[in-house]
This record gives sequence, C-alpha cells and structure tokens, in this order.
Amino acid sequence: MKVLVYADVEAGQPAAVARELVTGARALAGPGGRVDLALFGADPSAAADMGVDRILTLPALAAAPYDPAAHAAALSAAIAAAGPDLVLMGYTTAGLDLGPVVAIRHDLGLVSYCQTARAGDGAVETESQIYGGKLIARAATPLPALLLMNVGAFAEAAPAPGQPEVVTLEAAAPQGLRFIDATAPDPDAVDITRADRLLCVGRGIGEADVIEEAQEVAGLMGAELVGSRPVVDAGWLPKERQVGKSGRRVKPALYLALGVSGAPEHIEGMGEAGLIVAVNTDANAPIFDHAHYGATVDLTDFLPAFRAALEGR
Amino acid sequence: MHIAAILRIVPDQNEELEIDDSGADIDREWIGLKLNEFDDQALEEAVLLKEAAGARVTAVALAGDGAERQLQTAIARGADDALLVDHDIDGIPGARAAAHLLAGPLRDLGADLVLTGVQTPEDVFGQLAPFLAGLLGWPTLNAVHGVSAGAGGLEVVQEYSGGRAARFAVTGPAVLGVQTASRPPRYVSGSKLRQASSATIARAAGALPDGFAAPRIAALAEPARSNRAEMLDGDAEAVAERLAGLLAERGLLGGRE
Repeated sequence: MKVLVYADVEAGQPAAVARELVTGARALAGPGGRVDLALFGADPSAAADMGVDRILTLPALAAAPYDPAAHAAALSAAIAAAGPDLVLMGYTTAGLDLGPVVAIRHDLGLVSYCQTARAGDGAVETESQIYGGKLIARAATPLPALLLMNVGAFAEAAPAPGQPEVVTLEAAAPQGLRFIDATAPDPDAVDITRADRLLCVGRGIGEADVIEEAQEVAGLMGAELVGSRPVVDAGWLPKERQVGKSGRRVKPALYLALGVSGAPEHIEGMGEAGLIVAVNTDANAPIFDHAHYGATVDLTDFLPAFRAALEGR
Repeated sequence: MHIAAILRIVPDQNEELEIDDSGADIDREWIGLKLNEFDDQALEEAVLLKEAAGARVTAVALAGDGAERQLQTAIARGADDALLVDHDIDGIPGARAAAHLLAGPLRDLGADLVLTGVQTPEDVFGQLAPFLAGLLGWPTLNAVHGVSAGAGGLEVVQEYSGGRAARFAVTGPAVLGVQTASRPPRYVSGSKLRQASSATIARAAGALPDGFAAPRIAALAEPARSNRAEMLDGDAEAVAERLAGLLAERGLLGGRE
C-alpha cells in the first residue's frame, strides 16, 4: 500500500504527531509498501531521520508560517504526485483545515477521530472515538481514503537515519488568506504546565459560583485550578488555565478532575498525569477509563466535604 | 457582508447513550436533542460581527427535528433571516452530505462568509466547514476563536495545540469552523423568543450529486473498560476522607517543598 503522511510542523520541526503517523503508516503500508511524507513548513533535512521513503516538499513554503489555503494546495499537489492509497493526518487544526478539503478535491473517503487503523481488503478498517469518547464507531472505508488520527494513536517512531528521496512539488499560491502573526502563551500568565498538582473543573460543576469554592480547595491542596474547554468557553476561567487539545498539555504528579467527562480532546492534554482522580456523577463518563481512582458523588456535596477533610489534616 | 451561520441539532452527549438494535447507531427515540455547542458559538460570533461592523446574518439549518425552533431562536438572538434547507435524506445527513445539500442554497443566498461549529459529537466522517469550503472553492480556517472586522477585511484567530495561535487576514469569501466566540453565547429572554416564534423562515431545496454514497458506521461499541478506575464508595464525606488519606499517603497534599 502507498501511504502519504502529512506532517504538522512546530517550531520548524515535524511535530510529534507526524512521527507517530509514520509508525502507523509503516505498519499499514506493509512490506514492499511506500511511505511518503508531505512536509511543507520545514526544510526536508528536518525529516531525514523519520524513516520515510520520500519527502514531498514545496520550497516556497519551507520557511513560511502555516497557511491553510497554501497547505491545502500543496497537499493536493502531493496527492496528485504520490497517488496514495491512504493519506494519514493528525486530528489537529491542520488536519481539520486540510483533510476534508482535499478529500472533496480528490474524492477520498474520510474518517475522523481514528484511534486504530488496519488495512483490510481494498479498504481501511478504523475505530473512532465519538460522542466525547463514550462510544467507538467502527467503519470499513474503501480506498483511496484519508484518516484523521487521534494524537497518540500510534507510538512515536524512533529516529531512523536515512537518505529519503526529496520530491519537489509545484502549486499555485491561492488567494484569500494572509498570515498576520502568531502568538505563544503569555509568559506573564500562570504556567500550568509547571504545576505538580492540578485541580481541574469541567462542565459538570454546573455553575460559575462553584469556581470560587474550587479555588479555595485548590489552595488547600497546594494545587493550581484549571478547567476543561466548556468551562473556559463559558468565561468562568481564563484561557491560560485550559487543559486539553486547544489548551495546554500537562503532566502533573496529581490531577484531580471534578465534573470532567473525559472527552478525547481533554485526555490528550492530561492523560500522562502521575495520579488521576475523577469525581463525576456519570458512572459511564470516559474519564473513569483514564483515572486511577474515581467516585460518583455529587460535586455540591463533595467539595465542602473535601475541603473539611483537608482542613482537618 | 452577508454571514450564513449554519446550525445543527445533535444528540445531547451528556445523556446516557444506548446503541440501537441495528448496532450501528444510537437509540434516538428518547435522546435529548440540542443545538451543537460549537454552532452556538458560531452563531454568537456572527451576531457579534454584525453588531461591531454591520452585516446581515442568515441562520441556516437542514430540515429535521427541532430545526425550525433553532432558527427562530437564532432570530431572537440577533440573526436577521432564517433559511431551512429541505432534503429527501431519510435520517440525519452526515457532514459530507450536508455540505452538498447546503452548497447550492448558500451560493443562491449570496453569503460571503459562512460560520459553523468546528465539529459535532457525531461527525465521524469529516467536518462540515472544510467540506463546504472544498465544494465552494473558498479558503477555510478551523478551530477559530475570535473573528473581528479590520480595515482590509476580517481578522481571524486560529488555535493550535499547546496554547499557540495565529492571526489571519481574510480578504474574500471564506468558511470558518468556529470553536469559541469572542464572548460567551448570550442569554435570550422569553419575550424575545415568543416574538421570534412568528418569524418567517425561508425555504430552499438541497440536492446531492448523482451517485453520492454516504459513508456508514459498520458498528458502534462501548469502549474497552480494561483500565477502569478503582472506585471509592460511600457518601461524599466518606469519599472525601478516603481521598484526602490517599493523597496524604503519597505526599500529594500540603505545602510544596
């Protein structure tokens, strides 16, 4: 099988997710198969050790910031040049920007949120996490197809020094979008990635009033208070305290999740915490599949009780 | 500027989801339905843009359970018009089918900016905004959290992992997959909702291309429960005491060293 991997780029280097996808691509391609890497935001030399057969590049984009329209045109040129049976992308912002666009252009089947992918008979068999991770959807999609793979679905490939062939593409520069500037997290804001204890509140806290009580409990624990996306979207906590795909990725010694359902996008940001404790009234919440300890008591009862337990020590 | 805000009704994933007899869909008989939370954000951003820079906002939905009521609510929230797109799909169109159904009516509407939510809880076969962009031939930005009107057009903030973001100038028509509006969605009073319940909803017909084959889920399953948490039993006080004890044993309470 011929597999084309699109590489997300961070700070001029292929992102970790790109190295994960190469692992999956090698397994899917099988012996005698070919793995190509579409690398547009970095110099091809940055991917020489990724263990791919060819690197497809477009020189005008190598040093340019990410531009979805330009990358869609370039990825389209890569698909035309490589004729892949399967295109692998991460379920990332670029994956969302480009995947469906090129799937329409090249009439590719598309499956999102994939946790596994296996080559079938003229098809690719996938398992996707849907409904916030509560259910798994199995599908068999005829080739050629494009998969948006969850971050972490494959292990990161170990460096494999080699001399992959570099193929230079051409694509017209599209109009309509212009990159202005990029922003990194505010260095003066709290850096939750450095905290060794985090108390996270999720949608299940119900109302903004609970934030104050949670803040006090966090203080007693020696923890920083953080939130999942719905809490930040509601304006209850500032953006720099958001954990998950669109927030920060954290790895504290302790992560106490209150009212957090455990959607895959949240797990992506905290799944490697040392000790995960979850309190959620929904016994089927996916967070319990990732927590070490759990409880299903009501938060309005738990918070004052936990506060009293901490104060009593 | 004419903004189309596309609204979708989805199952409330916070409710208990059961797999139906086919094994390939959830039991939709009794499940609660709600506006897709990201579409809620997209509608808010459309109305904020209108208020800040002047624009006409048309709320658009595919015909289906609850669609007309959501369109009326959108008018109560500040949309100028509503458009319901009829189709002959039995069941709920997936995102790719929805994009085909909506592309023609959106062209006819004359919209030059389309806002919709970045994803839904069940769009396993791809997302609406970039599918639409592909069909319309317009650029798309997704994971958008902030759109504002600038001197030469729109400024759009796109989010990436790790708290990074970038600003883009959008100088022509575009489709945006919105994650978060610049402000939380507004509260709508009952009187405004009653007023909007008599609003006129325009209708258009959507069509699929010849030979369109919708992708299908082969089977739904519960996730493997092999790494389930050890559950702490008892009432809130008992759980709190036990947890405090567990954390203290591990040196995870009290002041940092």
